[in-house]
This record gives sequence, C-alpha cells and structure tokens, in this order.
Amino acid sequence: MHRIGQFAPEFRLSTMFANIRSVVIAVLLSHLTLCAHAQKVLTVAAYPAVDSIIKAALPAWEKKHPGVQVKVISRAYADHHTAMTTALSTSSKPPDVMVLESSYVARFATGGGLEDLGAPPYNLNESKHLFVAFSIDQAKSSTGRLVAIPTDIGPGTLLYRQDLLLKSGLQEADLTNSWDSYIKAGVVIKKSTGAYLVAHARDVKDLIIRGGVKSGEGLYFDAAGHSLVTTERFVKAFELAKRIRDNKLDGKISAWSNEWAEGFRRGHVATQMSGAWIAGHLNNWLAPETKGLWRASQLPENTWAAWGGSFYAIPKAATQKELAWDLIQLMTLNPDRQLEAFKSQDAFPALISVHNDAFFNEPIAFLGQQKARILWREATRHIQAPKVHRLDTFADEVINTELDKVLNQGKDIRLALKDADRLLERRARR
Amino acid sequence: MHGVNSMTPISPKLQRRPRWRLHPKLVPYVLLAPFVLLFFIFGLFPLLFSLFLAFQSWEPTSGLANMSYVGLDNFIFTLEDEWFWKSIKNTFWLAAVSGIPQHLIAIPLACVIHAQFKRTRNATVGAYFLPYITSTVAIAMMFSTLFSTDYGLINQVIAGAAQLPLIGSFFPQQPIDWLGESEFIKPAISFVVFWRYVGFNTVLYLAALQTIPKDMYEAATMDGASRWNQFWYITLPSLKPMIYFGVTLTLIGGLQLFEEPFILTGGRGGSDQSGMTTAMYMYRTAFDFNDFGTASALSWILFVFVAVLTWLTNLAFKPKRGET
Repeated sequence: MHRIGQFAPEFRLSTMFANIRSVVIAVLLSHLTLCAHAQKVLTVAAYPAVDSIIKAALPAWEKKHPGVQVKVISRAYADHHTAMTTALSTSSKPPDVMVLESSYVARFATGGGLEDLGAPPYNLNESKHLFVAFSIDQAKSSTGRLVAIPTDIGPGTLLYRQDLLLKSGLQEADLTNSWDSYIKAGVVIKKSTGAYLVAHARDVKDLIIRGGVKSGEGLYFDAAGHSLVTTERFVKAFELAKRIRDNKLDGKISAWSNEWAEGFRRGHVATQMSGAWIAGHLNNWLAPETKGLWRASQLPENTWAAWGGSFYAIPKAATQKELAWDLIQLMTLNPDRQLEAFKSQDAFPALISVHNDAFFNEPIAFLGQQKARILWREATRHIQAPKVHRLDTFADEVINTELDKVLNQGKDIRLALKDADRLLERRARR
Repeated sequence: MHGVNSMTPISPKLQRRPRWRLHPKLVPYVLLAPFVLLFFIFGLFPLLFSLFLAFQSWEPTSGLANMSYVGLDNFIFTLEDEWFWKSIKNTFWLAAVSGIPQHLIAIPLACVIHAQFKRTRNATVGAYFLPYITSTVAIAMMFSTLFSTDYGLINQVIAGAAQLPLIGSFFPQQPIDWLGESEFIKPAISFVVFWRYVGFNTVLYLAALQTIPKDMYEAATMDGASRWNQFWYITLPSLKPMIYFGVTLTLIGGLQLFEEPFILTGGRGGSDQSGMTTAMYMYRTAFDFNDFGTASALSWILFVFVAVLTWLTNLAFKPKRGET
C-alpha cells in the first residue's frame, strides 16, 4: 500500500503532463498555421443600433480593405459603456474603435485615454465644418481636445397625439407658443380626454435647463467650475415642473419603463419631448399601433435642445489607429453611409451635406405623412452644446433628487436648489 | 499475466522511466496550485488593489498610470458624505425589514413542513426554494411588472379590495406608485428580497430539524408537554446553531444587497435614492461618477460595518460554553 500510495500519483501526473504537453504543442502549431494565413482584424466595440449600421457598411469596407476583417463587438448600451470604462482604465487590449453615446463622450473626455482627433495625423479640425456645429462641440473636452467624431445626432422635438389634440379642440400652437400655453393646453387635454400631458414632470425640467444655457456655460457648472443650479434657469425649470405636477398633468412615468411604453400604446400620454429618433422607436416597437396618430413640432417657446447622439473614438492604446481612422471616416464622412443609417435605423446624420438629400422631403407615414425631417433639420441649426464638466452625471442625479423632493414632499424650490448647490460645490472642490 | 510476460519481451520504450517526475511531497502543492492561483488572481489581488485604490485619486478613463496618492482623503470624504449615510440607513432598513421576517416565517414553516408533509414534502420544499435559484433579473423584471402603478396586478388587487363592503375603506383608493415614490420603494424591495430568500432559510431549518432526536419529543409528550412547549423548549434551542448560521448569511447578504434594488429602481436608487443601498452607491460612485478611489474607500468602510455586525451576531447566537 505504501509503495502504491507513493508511486501511483507520480505515474498519473507524468501521464497527465505528457498529455497536456501534446495538446499545448498541437494548439500552438495550429495557431501558428492559422496566423500565417490570418487576415488583419480591426476591433470595433458598439451598442445597438450603431452595431447594425457598422455591419451594413462592411461590404463597402471590404472593397477598400480586402485583407482587413472588421470584428464588431456588440453589447447592451449600459454594459458597453462599463466595458469601455474598464478597457480605458487598464489600457489593456482596448478596441481599435469605440462607439460612445453623447453623455459618455463628456465623461470620457475628462480622462486622457482617447486620441485627440483634432491633432495630426487625424486633423479633424480641418473638416469639422462638415458636421453639425453642436455635435462637434459635444465631442470637445474642457481643454478643447476633440476626442470623438459625431456620426448621428438627436435634435430635440415635441411629438404630440393629433387625435387627442383634436378631441380637446386645440391646435399645435397651443402646445408650442410658450410654456404657459403648453401647461394650459395640458389642463384642457386632461379634462377632455383623461390623458396626461407628459410622462413625467422631470422631462420638462430637463428641457428647460438645457434650453437656457448661455454661450460658454456648462449645464450645471460655469467656466470656473462653480455650480449654476441656483440660477433662474433652474428656478424656472422647477417651477414649471411643479405646476405640471400640481395640476396632475404628468403620469409620474419614467422613460424606458414598461408603463412608459404602455402609456403610449393606450393613448394615455399626449406629448413626448425627446430626440427626433423617438419617432423611429415608437414606430418600430414602442407603439406601432399608434401609426398616423402622432405629429412632430419644434419644442415649446422656441427651445432648442439635443437628446443623445453617437460618436466614434480611438483609444490611445489601440494598436491599429490608421485603419481605425479609415473605418471612422467611412462611417462619418461618407454621405451614402450616413444616409443609409438614417433610412434604416433613424440615425439622424451629423454630416451636413446629407441634410440636402431628397429623403428629407419625404413624408413619414408614422407621423401622418408629415415631412418632419425638415423640422428636425431646422432644429440642428439652432442647438448649442453646453460645455461639459466631469461632475455632470452626479449633478444630474442631485438635481433629480431635489426635484423629487419638491414634487413629492413639497420642499421649497429655492431651498432644494440651495441644498443641491451645497452638494455640488462640495464635490467640485475636491 | 505471468504467461504473457514470459513470452513477450518488454520493449525498451515501455521500460523507460517517465521523464516527468514529481516528488510525492510536492503532489499536494501541485494539486492545490490551480485553486491558489485562481484565488490570488480573482480573490486576493482585487482585494489588495481596492485597498490601494482607496488611497488614490483616479480618473479611470485616463489609464492606470494616472493615479495620485491622496492619503485618507477618500475615507474622510465618504464619512462626511450625506449620501453615504443615506445609503447606510437604506441598507440597514432593507436588511432588517427583509431579513427578520425571513427567519420568523422560515422557522415555523420548516416545522410545519417537517411535521405535516409526507408525500408532497419535496415538492413543497422545491416550490419554496425555486425563487432562490431563479435569475435575479427575471425576478426583478417580473416584480417591476407586478408593481406597475397603472397596469400592475398588485394595484389591481388593491383596487378590487377597496371596492369590498366593510373592509374596502382600509385599502388605498388611489393606485400606489410602488417604485416611484420614496415611501413605497423600500417596502417593495424588501418584499421581493423576503420572497426570494425565505425558501432558502426554510431548507436550512428543515435540515437542522432532521438532526433533532425523535425520542426527545416522545419523552416530552409522555411528560405532558404541549406542542408549543415542545417547540419552545426543544425545537428552538436545538435550532440555535442553524439560526446563528442563517442569520449571519442574511446579515452579510442584506448589507451587501445590490441586484434587487438595482434592477427594480433602474440602477439609480429611485426617488430621493430611497432604494439606494451602500453597495449600489459604491457601484454608482465608480461607474457612473467615475470616482474609483472614493468607491474603494466606501467598500472598505462597508466591510467594517459587515465585520462588526457579524461579530455582534456571533456574540448573540453562538452557543455559550456548556451549551450543546
């Protein structure tokens, strides 16, 4: 027993190691053989539906670069940005190209992990006039570095239910003339049809604080990094949100929830302020049965704002920057690709030359044959991008929390904004 | 075997000793190596790295090279942060309200199943255990639908109950915004956590009940002890080691609660951050507010809370010297 106990493991281990060695050698040999014949692989990390837009462009890419395969790594929106944060933090095998949503561009711009596309060899500054101006501003860091290039944008629009408006004896102008008329129209709609004016009073606050930003200012912080949340812009936004809640005109429904979609399907929400892309979402999956019932207009009181938008960026640690830049140019500077993305995925083009295409004059069936793209094109010429600050996401959370206290607990507006100011100043001073 | 050996010469290749020789003393270390290696990479290294990060200021998108030492600044900032204390308060509330009923229900439930269920026992236990092994995402999505203000089943049942004569006035007449209003978020999350883990604790107590000798109950019955007395003087003291184990697990799980509130509140903690636990705040500080240093300090402070409370649980439930 003693001898067996001593030698049996030795024999088994030696056999095991011999087997492992054979397998490792075989794998290495096959890998080397494969490598000898392998194409170059360009890695692109994206989220829906930009991933589909890139895949649709691959035949055009392969014609130009027959030996280079593009590998699109697709993740859900939030997972994608978490993965990109991790990739940049470790600088370990990041993708050659990363797609970023506009709110993340601002956050990623504060770090130094992305290439400055305005500098050589990219020289995007020389062609930035080809893009919608505010989208270029969205891609700038606080120090003026151009860390990304826009591909699609989200000009703000007001979608409203034409059938509910008619039942209430109202016209589009009643919604858009001023914020006061918008709320008064909401009271009439609620009384006539029972529908809420807006999904959540927070949506109106979001729009007003974005619409009233002065040139050179940030959304929440001024150029010197001091909080702006006690200014009249925020007071007005909070007051209007409170008027909406006090008149029971909002459904207290958060965006992208089940109730939000159900509210649209059942006609319980009369208006929605968002990026132009929302019409595509409503048509494709949110409420396709409401086709023909919606119309689009500019936002109330001549407010101009943008929602969302997608950008391409190149990590500093990427290994194939030249090819990455080639692909990005194909996706952003090629009018055919931009137009195709607009037609297939409602990705409103950031490239200005596409805005003159005949497609913009075509009626949209979901919006009752309205030629709404012309409206949205007009909006792109007025929108200004606020300067970004590293604490914008935190500030957004603080302001929403204080608004909840105002709406649900009756907290005084100026006191709420003062409390928000204290929290933001404390973080900003770090 | 003997005949074959005498007729067939053994080839030199077969006679050759294997080249890989391992000293028997090294065998345990080699066999343990995969675990130790994985533990170092996925256990110890992240632990030490987070401790290191807790003393650094780091904008993660700048890369690993861009860290700067800030001493205890992250700890001081966290301890003076009102949102941190709000998250601690939420965490304790949720841990207590979801945790205590788990045991208060699981112990009698296990006793009933142990005593009354025979043929359907396994099926009953399986039914209670099912939520524990179901995906948290699926559970949270299902409850999001059930808690829906205008279209959810829970509010529809309440609305139906409100129409009943006599007792109708005890129910709210307006739909409850379970996941939208701060006063309802915590009860809603607590209910989901309770529902999910009560079956797990029931299984623990059922296992413990099977170890109590039957003759103790027989002797008690002969002495005229009632069912209640048997439960109070035999069952409950015998379950004490398992209660200690179960309460410790619930406490640690409760203080690290993340998945259920995260999904039910859309990752933001809900109105006035009423559903934001400390683990959620830690995640948000790192990935939403891009402050990994403070998030790491927060995680170590949370660890201290967990350690102290586990020690107190140990004091309360661990059998004293002389107890069985």
